[in-house]
Amino acid sequence: MTMTAQPQSQVTAHEPKVTVHLKIKRYNPEVDTRPHWEEYEVQMSPGDRVLDALHQVKWTIDGTLSFRRSCAHGVCGSDAVVINGQNMLACVNLIRNVGTHLTIEPIRGLPVIKDLVVDMEPFFAQYRSILPYLIAHDDPGYKERLQSPEDRERFDDTTKCILCACCTTSCPVYWANDSYVGPAAIVNAHRFIFDSRDQAAAERLDILNQKSGVWRCRTAFNCTEACPRGISVTKSIEEVKRAILYDRV
Amino acid sequence: MLKNFTIVRFHAKLYTVKVHYHSYDAVIVGAGGAGLRAAIEVAGKVRTAVITKLYPTRSHTGAAQGGMCAALANVEEDYWEWHAFDTVKGGDYLGDQPAIDIMCREAIDAVIDLEHFGMPFSRTPEGRIDQRRFGGHTRNHGEAPVRRSCYAADRTGHMILQTLYQQCVAHEVNFFNEFQVFDVLFDESGGQKRAAGVVAYELATGDLHVFVSKGVLFATGGYGKIFRISSNAHTLTGDGLGVLYRRGIPMQDLEFYQFHPTGIYGFGILLSEAARGEGGILRNGLGERFMERVAPTVKDLAPRDMVSRAIHAEIREGRGAGTDKDFVYLDLTHLPPEQIDAKLPDITDFARTYLGIEPKTQPIPIQPTAHYAMGGIPTNVEGEVVLDGKGTVVPGLYAAGECACVSVHGANRLGTNSLLDIVVFGRRGGRAMAEYVKGVDHPEVPRGAEAEVRDRIERFKAASGGEKVPAIRTELQQTMTENASVVRTAESLRAAHAKIDELVERYHSIAIDDKGEVFNYDLVEAVELSHLLDLAKGLVVGAEARQESRGAHWRDDFPTRDDVNWMKHSLAHRGDDGDVRLEYKPVIGGRYEPMERKY
Repeated sequence: MTMTAQPQSQVTAHEPKVTVHLKIKRYNPEVDTRPHWEEYEVQMSPGDRVLDALHQVKWTIDGTLSFRRSCAHGVCGSDAVVINGQNMLACVNLIRNVGTHLTIEPIRGLPVIKDLVVDMEPFFAQYRSILPYLIAHDDPGYKERLQSPEDRERFDDTTKCILCACCTTSCPVYWANDSYVGPAAIVNAHRFIFDSRDQAAAERLDILNQKSGVWRCRTAFNCTEACPRGISVTKSIEEVKRAILYDRV
Repeated sequence: MLKNFTIVRFHAKLYTVKVHYHSYDAVIVGAGGAGLRAAIEVAGKVRTAVITKLYPTRSHTGAAQGGMCAALANVEEDYWEWHAFDTVKGGDYLGDQPAIDIMCREAIDAVIDLEHFGMPFSRTPEGRIDQRRFGGHTRNHGEAPVRRSCYAADRTGHMILQTLYQQCVAHEVNFFNEFQVFDVLFDESGGQKRAAGVVAYELATGDLHVFVSKGVLFATGGYGKIFRISSNAHTLTGDGLGVLYRRGIPMQDLEFYQFHPTGIYGFGILLSEAARGEGGILRNGLGERFMERVAPTVKDLAPRDMVSRAIHAEIREGRGAGTDKDFVYLDLTHLPPEQIDAKLPDITDFARTYLGIEPKTQPIPIQPTAHYAMGGIPTNVEGEVVLDGKGTVVPGLYAAGECACVSVHGANRLGTNSLLDIVVFGRRGGRAMAEYVKGVDHPEVPRGAEAEVRDRIERFKAASGGEKVPAIRTELQQTMTENASVVRTAESLRAAHAKIDELVERYHSIAIDDKGEVFNYDLVEAVELSHLLDLAKGLVVGAEARQESRGAHWRDDFPTRDDVNWMKHSLAHRGDDGDVRLEYKPVIGGRYEPMERKY
């Protein structure tokens, strides 16, 4: 994100509109045999989100365009798409930053259902496979379990994941081999493996030590670049690899 | 509304909608915090389906930021009774005190439960759950702000949503993701109306699914998309309320809608009160800390209704900032940068992303944003839907979370009490439903229960009128933000009322572009708009009638609270023609007598 030197420089209700050209990959399974491109032009403010431009198309030009969205500010993870070749959330990228010529496609590696909507089930199945929940066998009674701020900090980064799939669907290994659990599942495993309250690290490390697990990662770093939450995804994968190798959590 | 559909013209092609039938003991509609918390209570005990129009982790609980209050007293002296007092007073004496007592007492268990579920709370140096200050939460009945809010940085809602979803994965909860409920079913064969299930529309296929169920719990969230400037997700269209309202369930206290003081200018995106809990200050265009004048004791940590009105007054009196003088500032520049990074990472990122502002060195332009519905589906403390002041329930029908009105928030919700509400009453509703369904037979649902929904879908697809859903929705949002928000008058409400009537008329002539079956969001938005129109009208009619100012409902023409005539809940009934009939029921009091609300 670029910072402005002057206060308020971007805070104006009266910025002139700009013409935004969108080239969107369309696919309607009820009529199309294969995806095709369609182009649209809309007038937007530079401070508008890419999501706003997609809405402008849907709401004023072609109501048949389908895409998922909900919160519109980067916390729900619904609107991951490929914008000019990069995996992004459409709602956290402004026209002023991504430009006025936008090529928008569905995220890759998951089956396309319609337009920008992909089948998320394989992604969530991989998430579920790594036991994404706290497993602790002790009885803490009616009190909270204690955890030092340092222990809490140990897994803070990976708690930020919103399961948008930007990382997993940017991974060339995942594109080639969809049995790979993918970065997002590993991030969510990391979140529990390094939680001092959890007692099932060994089980998760066993799962991730299988051939569909962390060893598929070739450290391309696409995932880290794609993460809209700024999670150091590749680093968390490396930490899981080291935990398996050195039996150290 | 459907009756009056005038331009129905069926195309030659007959739409053949596939229908599937399911039978469950319990159905939960919505998978945000309340729905997921209820699911954890119900799953494994009775056959349960959770139906959600999104994936569960997309729910708007994830957007909550600041925390969840509970008198744990981990960092300073605190008692749940103080929390209850603050909630009663914050709600301007419209909340029902027995319900508030339950919420504040069970808050402590609810937080401990979440911690046991794995919730990554921020911690004290001793390793306990850390707590911080929040608007309207005070020690000893208003003496000074108290550290009561349990939190996880400024992404508490995200952590709660993830944690509850994780537990649902562990409990193997049966989800129907991207299924949108279009209707509710009742069984009246036994002489008494009881819940019998729902009709849902599967987004991926366009098929209809009839879920016959002994118990139905609605946890569908709010309807903040009736306003233009809103912190709410695009999907917060009041579906659960709208579906029940059309089927004869009254809506309680719709006129009480909260405006959060600190929405990002132009976007409405929420900047948590935690920013002020951590020491942030509101300043007008002249740089003055105007909250010192309004609330001398708690200043910037006054309840949201008061702060929003104070901002409104600064702007109206010409002390706003910017070229149009239409916003004020949230100033964090005096806070240590490391405190901002540790405690407020997300919201400061929002300011950078959407305004290009660096909050460590520049104040953030903000304006009040539509945030939370205090009103909704009337329930008792077990989550059972109640129809009247006598407490008549509809057996098997439950609601929890923002879509429900228990009423614990009264006329104005305190910050953090929404996350508390969803876990406390999600749990109670789920538990009560699991008990209820064990003792009753399966309801009778006639074949073809989906017929009305199918007809409605076919009519939408066949309609060829000249009106468009987005245009009507935009005009609705515009009039609501202009005329029925922070400050209202008889005149402004009359304008909103007339506009809504016009839009309802035009809604009869809408046509949609997408006639397909797969991910037809065009159709979904048309259905959602009917809920927005219904609820906006209920809100405006309730606000026109209520000739006083209480909590979030402020009338410039009736600027005082009137306990003699108006200390009562409204119940809006929807007539077949969409008209609103109001009745009232008493507020349930308790140990705190109404007094003037000063901070």
